[in-house]
Amino acid sequence: MPAGTLYRGREGMWSWVAHRVTGVLIFFFLFVHVLDTALVRVSPEAYDKVVATYKSPIVALLEYGLVAAILFHALNGLRVIAVDFWIKGARYQKQMLWSVVVLWIVLMLGAIYPVLGHAARELFGS
Amino acid sequence: MSDNTVTAGTATGVGPVEGSSVYSVDNPAPLIEPPRKRTKKSPKSTRGNFEMYGWLFMRLSGVVLVVLVLGHLLIQLVLDGGVSKIGFAFVAGRWASPFWQVWDLLMLWLAMLHGANGLRTVINDYAERPNTRLWLKGLLYTATVFTILLGTLVIFTFDPNIR
Repeated sequence: MPAGTLYRGREGMWSWVAHRVTGVLIFFFLFVHVLDTALVRVSPEAYDKVVATYKSPIVALLEYGLVAAILFHALNGLRVIAVDFWIKGARYQKQMLWSVVVLWIVLMLGAIYPVLGHAARELFGS
Repeated sequence: MSDNTVTAGTATGVGPVEGSSVYSVDNPAPLIEPPRKRTKKSPKSTRGNFEMYGWLFMRLSGVVLVVLVLGHLLIQLVLDGGVSKIGFAFVAGRWASPFWQVWDLLMLWLAMLHGANGLRTVINDYAERPNTRLWLKGLLYTATVFTILLGTLVIFTFDPNIR
């Protein structure tokens, strides 16, 4: 470890890094998402045209990434709240992080078909 | 041991901290002022508790957003064929109900403020030059106000019969 750094590594730091990175990504997506939804005030055609691009296989993959970021940020956010407000939160922060990771993997496996199914049908036929 | 001298240890190995006090009713300990105590000389106005309320807001809005956003994802991306069902007609159908209007409005405001405060923290942590911080935060606050106002306007003025 470089001298004089505050970064300590391990579960605590890396979950914090992941929380930051996913948070920034979600915020940028949210900005774009409000802009695209605002097209319903322009015309139904303009909105449907943009949403049609969201149904392409590449954007479906990006959507899957977005779901991954949101699910991690949500689950780890609940862990941060538990660390701050639950009296035993700090003691069990590692166990809670691994619970978050396991739950995240399960939910991501469950999201494969609903989020990527239509893209697979488009690519490989139904 | 004399009254005013604190020796580094005694024959029994018990130091002045662990042992009986060198001070007594007749010889009281000197009063030590707390280092950050507010006195008559300290400035009247403080910065208030803004950062504490920001910290609390992140946690309160976070809990609400878990419900609002995960529900939103479930409806938009998972149920009824996922993203392939979404179009103008779908939006019109949902915003016909005040329940979903309030849901989306609350989600918009909470998510934007939660995200803006998060990015403010990130800027504070990594942008070191005062000018850089000023410009990045100016850009952030402008984009945030613009997005919140635009989204609110769209939800309240949505017209299903625009054509």
